[in-house]
Amino acid sequence: MKLTRVLLSSVVMSLTFAGASQAANTLIQNKGSDTLVNVAQAWAEEYQSVKPDVALAISGGGSGTGIAAMINGTVDIANSSRQMKKKELKRATDSGQKPVEHVVGYDALAVFLHMDNPMNALSFNQLGKIFGRGGEFTKWSDLGVSVPGCGSDKIVVVSRQNNSGTYAYFKKAVLKSAAKAGVIVKGSFRQGTLDMHGSKDVVDLVEKTPCAIGYSGLAYATDHLKLACIAKAEGESCVSPSVATASNRSYPIARPLFMYTNGEPQGEIKEYMDWIMSDAGQCILKDKGYAPMRDVSCP
Amino acid sequence: MSQAARQRSGNLPDINQRNADWYIDKLVQYLVFLSGISAIVLIVGIFVFVTIEGLGFLFEDFSFREFFLSPWWEPTDEDEPTYGILALMAGTASVTGLAMLVAIPFSLGSAIYVAEFASGKKREFLKVLIELLAAIPSVVWGFIGLSIMNPLIIDLFDVPVGLNILNAGIILGLMAAPIMTSISEDALKAVPDRYREAAEALGGTRWQVIYKTVLPAAKNGLLGGVLLGVGRGFGETMAVLMATGHAINIPGSVFDSVRALTATIAAELGETAVGSPHYQALFTIGIFLFSITFVINLSADLIVRGIRKS
Repeated sequence: MKLTRVLLSSVVMSLTFAGASQAANTLIQNKGSDTLVNVAQAWAEEYQSVKPDVALAISGGGSGTGIAAMINGTVDIANSSRQMKKKELKRATDSGQKPVEHVVGYDALAVFLHMDNPMNALSFNQLGKIFGRGGEFTKWSDLGVSVPGCGSDKIVVVSRQNNSGTYAYFKKAVLKSAAKAGVIVKGSFRQGTLDMHGSKDVVDLVEKTPCAIGYSGLAYATDHLKLACIAKAEGESCVSPSVATASNRSYPIARPLFMYTNGEPQGEIKEYMDWIMSDAGQCILKDKGYAPMRDVSCP
Repeated sequence: MSQAARQRSGNLPDINQRNADWYIDKLVQYLVFLSGISAIVLIVGIFVFVTIEGLGFLFEDFSFREFFLSPWWEPTDEDEPTYGILALMAGTASVTGLAMLVAIPFSLGSAIYVAEFASGKKREFLKVLIELLAAIPSVVWGFIGLSIMNPLIIDLFDVPVGLNILNAGIILGLMAAPIMTSISEDALKAVPDRYREAAEALGGTRWQVIYKTVLPAAKNGLLGGVLLGVGRGFGETMAVLMATGHAINIPGSVFDSVRALTATIAAELGETAVGSPHYQALFTIGIFLFSITFVINLSADLIVRGIRKS
């Protein structure tokens, strides 16, 4: 099976090369995270006018897909919304690749509430008790509020499927820290969460359901949602999610966005990575709703 | 006899002569044979493939207790992944169970009507419609569950989310009903007319004839139809993925969201690294599902065959 896959992909690659060689001299393969795919596409389009002789092939499929392709050596750059795991790094070195990590921006994970929900601020411990295994909050009245339109008072917990980078980061950043603080037994999700297959599905469901609470990247937020103000510890002042608060790292659930290259980038790949980190590249990232690495003034 | 005719009979082709026709004949023979056994080859091939992919898990991380008795399905946990399918099995079983409660009365009723009461054009028309109903793609059913049933259930029962067992059960019931109707109708038609005539001669009303004579005589076929419906319910993926709410949960009521075994494979397989324990665990679920549907379909087939013989 592996052999046929390698054969197939090499055929596809050579075809792509043959097609691209007339217009461009270099083809950079870029694959991975669905969180980053919109930005990656915007970068690729813009880069066409910067360097017309470099073609970029962008595809999504999720952080896991990109990392798997990096391990198999079929991409030049892998996008990921989570760090590579130790096991994955080991598998990559075993198969002769040397993944090098680059942080290209930040993504604030917003906690969404229905517009009618009177709740404004939430602490990590409260989030842990809502989302975590063995958490004691199952009704909105446990948090001291009554939500209009939510007759059953039940908290509808909306989450993501377990191989999403967003799921993994929320679990690591919020639930593990709540578990460390001792408010829940284990740093994992409770049973009965509705596991949506994409950030957009989470947004849609929370918009329509007064009882719901969910999370996903800030870039997916709409005007029909309330974004909770998040405090890392009880009693601390809370911070609302925004590009600015994610950029200066004051918002507590902002995750770095990664791009992995095979070895230190060289030649065209290095030029592309440098361009991404330049003001032009960072402005595109900001424009798509993510937080740039530093303050950039964009037109 | 003219010389020409004698010559012609002398030139009769030898059937064992290896000319082009002989080779074409052989080729067609093998092609027909291959298509004949292709179903068996495919089934064995699929089973071998699924087993090989899942085998690594069965030998390494698999623990019978955890797999079948733990409700925690957390294959991506970095510290201690757990592979428990109890909640997923409960999800599949509850949705299929409710689907059968919906589908059995529907399909039995329409089968009795089509087989015993309707006649001529009306009967043909109904049969075509039922076949048409069976041909609706499951993603369309899922979409109905998502966009029509979901708000309806929220309004009617005042529950926070309408993606739950009730929604998926009704959708799945409607999906399984046409095939169950077809098979039940065949079973009713297979009951010889002399049974009906005898019952009528004894003074039975139309209903008594059906209830006391035709249904008992066709009971194996009807049971086979129900079992095929159950098999359909276990195997259905897309519609249950969309209508159940996809929540790992041991349900306490029909308004709880659940997650099915098939939906878990569909949602997670695409993003797992090939060969990882998570990937193999999903294939192990596949082996489990395959075995269950195989047993259900086989017993349904044996039961239906049983009545044909007797």
